[in-house]
Amino acid sequence: MAQASSRIMLSCKHLWKVFGPRPAYYFDTAGYRIDPEALAARLRGEGHIPAVVDASFDVKQGEIFVIMGLSGSGKSTLVRCLSRLLDIEYGTMEFDGQDLARISGRDLIEIRRRKMGMVFQSFGLMPHLTALENVAFPLKLQGVARSEREARAREMLELVELGSRLDALPSQLSGGQQQRVGIARSLAPDPDLWFLDEPFSALDPLIHRQMQDEFLRLQNQLKKTIVFITHDIMEACRLADRIALMRGGRIIQLGTPAEILLSPVDDYVADFTAEVALSRAIRVRDLARPAQGEPPEGPPVPAAAPIEVVLPALAAGQRRFRVEGDGGLELEAGAVLEVLQRDARHGFRADGASA
Amino acid sequence: MTAPRVRAWHRVWGGMLALSVLLVALAQQFPQLGGFPTGLVLNLSDWLNAAVTPAFEAARPLGVLLSALAETPLAAIRSALAWAPWPAAILAVVLIALYSGGWRLALFAAAALGTVVAMGYWPKAMNTLALVLVSVPAAVGIGFALGALAYRFPRTQPALIVMLDVMQTWPAFGYLIPLLILFGFGPTAGLAASVIFSVPPMVRNTLVGLREVPPAIVESALMAGARPGQLFWQAMVPSALPQLLVGVNQTTMASLSMVIIIAIIGGFNDIGWEVLSAMRAAELGRSLGAGLVIVLIAVLLDRITRGFARRGPRVMQARWLLAGLVLALVVALVLSGQDLLPGEQGQRWLRRIDGWLLDFVAWSAPFFAVLRNAITYGVMLPMRIGFSGSASPMVWGFALTPEITAAYVLVSAAIALLLGWRSPQRGIIAGFAALLFWTGLPGFPWPGVFLVVGVATWRKGGTGLFALAMGGLALAGLSGLWVPMMQSVYLCAVAVLICFAIGGALGVIAAESDRFSAFLRPISDTLQTMPQFVFLIPALMLFKVGEFTALIAIVLYAVVPPIRYVEHGLRNARADLVEAGVQMGATTWQMLWQVKLPLARSSVLLGLNQTIMAALSMLVIAALVGTRELGQQVYVALSRADAGAGLISGAIITCVALVSDRLLRSRSSIHRKVPE
Ligand SMILES: Nc1ncnc2c1ncn2[C@@H]1O[C@H](COP(=O)(O)OP(=O)(O)O)[C@@H](O)[C@H]1O
Ligand SMILES: [Mg+2]
Repeated sequence: MAQASSRIMLSCKHLWKVFGPRPAYYFDTAGYRIDPEALAARLRGEGHIPAVVDASFDVKQGEIFVIMGLSGSGKSTLVRCLSRLLDIEYGTMEFDGQDLARISGRDLIEIRRRKMGMVFQSFGLMPHLTALENVAFPLKLQGVARSEREARAREMLELVELGSRLDALPSQLSGGQQQRVGIARSLAPDPDLWFLDEPFSALDPLIHRQMQDEFLRLQNQLKKTIVFITHDIMEACRLADRIALMRGGRIIQLGTPAEILLSPVDDYVADFTAEVALSRAIRVRDLARPAQGEPPEGPPVPAAAPIEVVLPALAAGQRRFRVEGDGGLELEAGAVLEVLQRDARHGFRADGASA
Repeated sequence: MTAPRVRAWHRVWGGMLALSVLLVALAQQFPQLGGFPTGLVLNLSDWLNAAVTPAFEAARPLGVLLSALAETPLAAIRSALAWAPWPAAILAVVLIALYSGGWRLALFAAAALGTVVAMGYWPKAMNTLALVLVSVPAAVGIGFALGALAYRFPRTQPALIVMLDVMQTWPAFGYLIPLLILFGFGPTAGLAASVIFSVPPMVRNTLVGLREVPPAIVESALMAGARPGQLFWQAMVPSALPQLLVGVNQTTMASLSMVIIIAIIGGFNDIGWEVLSAMRAAELGRSLGAGLVIVLIAVLLDRITRGFARRGPRVMQARWLLAGLVLALVVALVLSGQDLLPGEQGQRWLRRIDGWLLDFVAWSAPFFAVLRNAITYGVMLPMRIGFSGSASPMVWGFALTPEITAAYVLVSAAIALLLGWRSPQRGIIAGFAALLFWTGLPGFPWPGVFLVVGVATWRKGGTGLFALAMGGLALAGLSGLWVPMMQSVYLCAVAVLICFAIGGALGVIAAESDRFSAFLRPISDTLQTMPQFVFLIPALMLFKVGEFTALIAIVLYAVVPPIRYVEHGLRNARADLVEAGVQMGATTWQMLWQVKLPLARSSVLLGLNQTIMAALSMLVIAALVGTRELGQQVYVALSRADAGAGLISGAIITCVALVSDRLLRSRSSIHRKVPE
């Protein structure tokens, strides 16, 4: 997984997006001063849908920022605000030093052409274009010459392992293949910021994992800054550097997967994450700490591996594990056991509920 | 069993029924309650002429400019088609058919065009084709532009939809005179009429196509950095293309239909004129031959344009088509100047079948006479002059004595009450039916018509529809066209009844039997692609001039929608409800009447609507073979070059069509898709 630098790529403060007859009425130039919950409740009471409520977060360069929540929680709306497919009612968005919320016209088109890419849940491929032409489409709009754009498109399709289906129409491709075309298309102009709105949700669950692995492989190669939307907590934990959990338009918790899993802010988040097997979702580096005293013996464990990899050795009696890398980190059996105990409690509770 | 609750609207309609009975009774004493009083008739058409004629004459310079614009390409296409030797032209069309629809269509194209050549109709067919080739691009261009604008400015859509409905229902002959004033005598007026009539389907399909572009496609184009123009032309239009091509197909067929009808003004030497003159000369063989040519052209144009609307693999690539067309051009250059057309052989042959046809007509006359008498005396007369009119020794063999009148009143009151006891709605319907059967449709007292139509439109459609309906009725009355209007309604009603009896039965069978459905489908398809004009030929051949012949032509044209919609409705009846019916032990017959047909109600209503529209649009064409209604008034106005009278008759037909359309369309079904 790519390690994020500390440079901030996209910064959002107090974003609001409201659907309804006259959303602007509630956000005059002086701004709102009341409590967001109260305003959201008032909006709902007066026939509006507050789809994004006071969202604030930063996305760092090179990180995978996952927005997660149930269907209808406002994820798609939020990402459409970030890409300016929707205009926000209130708030500030700064992208790469530019005020994204105010930018418009030519500048917006220019940003979309060169700096942003987006992948859609329902693919959004042009039905009349072949895979190659679809991928070359953004470059065609920019006026790139045919041979050049087709060379680039071919390269992109090879990247997503579709080099053999260049001339297929979308209707001749499977769902997974269509989404690979969608991914290749969004990458063709080499964007800095990459939005993916539930890219795998429309696909057969059996190929989710394969697509996720492929996505991680791509990201290792390309190191984009990514905003990834999903409603699947397992997917979020596998992919995310950080997760923003949304409910009713609000971001209710923001943190690394381990933070969200190990210290949920409230019962809602705890319930949400209850199904996750912690021994698989928590990684070695989440529990690692600087080694104290003698470095532990035995082969080192990879920092990005789930903690379940140490279980055999743990059962055999090993108490401390050396973590790969030169940070001088170690993993302590007590920390692992604590997580395993939580897993066991969850499992018991789940069983009790179902019995 | 308890009587169902009597609702407010039952009371309203019950009151209306009582009032109507009173009016009918009073009309015996006061004739001015029967037909619209002549004292109230105004000279509307003269007033209208005084306004319209100078206005259109003032616009003459614009008309001259437009006709120059239209006639240049027309002349070019005509001379190109006249120059191209038929083998080269057929080669080109066969290649296009191959590209669009595959081998079967190519074979059909070769056979069809070969037949046209053999019958000696090639030059006339090419003249018709030239008119279509000018009118279709104009209609497609205008329709696409209007549709795209309406998509961009959604507020204009309601007004535009009404305008399109008017354009499609106002009979072209009704505005032909003003067009002739504007453009002068020549093909442009006909072309303009054809464009007006064939633009609406293109607008509708453009609007639907653009609306149904998936949002993800729009968003992905925007995220790719599309400018507004790029978004429209490179993402939306290509995605909507199949729907747009459906529009091209419908526009082409409408255009062909109109081009052929418009031949009535003469001067094009086209195939429509050929049919018309053959019919006038009572040459059955020639009119059948020319009619066949029209059908072949129509089916060919339909299948080719439909093929282009289909997305998917083609038999050959576009560049081979291009190469083939170049080859056809070379062939044309090589053969040009030679007279390759077969001589009079085909025509002579057609004349020869005249004799056989006459024999056939004479031989089959007794059978058709039975049919004719049955429908004339059993359906048409009672609906036209009513029981009170037809109960005479001459028609039904008995006179209308007071005893018979009393018996009629008692029996119908008993039936209405009996039905009304179980369902007030049925009782009221039975009451009105008995009343109409007594007076005949055209004889229904005019205040009653105003009353019934007024209440119905008010309740169903609000003030707009009410105003339209009242305006239409008042226009008919004041312009002295009350009786023709009622005659039109009557003729349509008879046609629709017969269409539903036949078409409904066929639809029910088709819904039960896949084989019958497969057998019926190509027939329905062909009937629906045939230009309206063609239906006059067999009707005229078998029944001579007269109202009954017009009725047959209307029924032939309008019988397809009930078949289609009834079958569609029955087949799409919700499977779980049908299964529940089977589970409860319903017999086949009970299933049909008590489960499936009620479930298919909205589809059947939509079919009824389409049938009425088809019948009304055929009315004006059927008037050519002799009727006494509004369609005939349109012709009379045309032959007298009376612009005002033509406009008024046309406007009344449009009002009738729009009102019945809106009355039958429930809100939910307005956007429902038409079954294929
Ligand atoms: N164009 C729109 N008009 C009105 N309401 C909308 C629109 N788009 C989304 N919403 C509403 O906003 C809320 C959030 O929707 P969305 O962002 O699509 O949720 P998610 O992507 O998390 O499933 C939902 O209640 C939805 O009904
Ligand atoms: Mg969504």
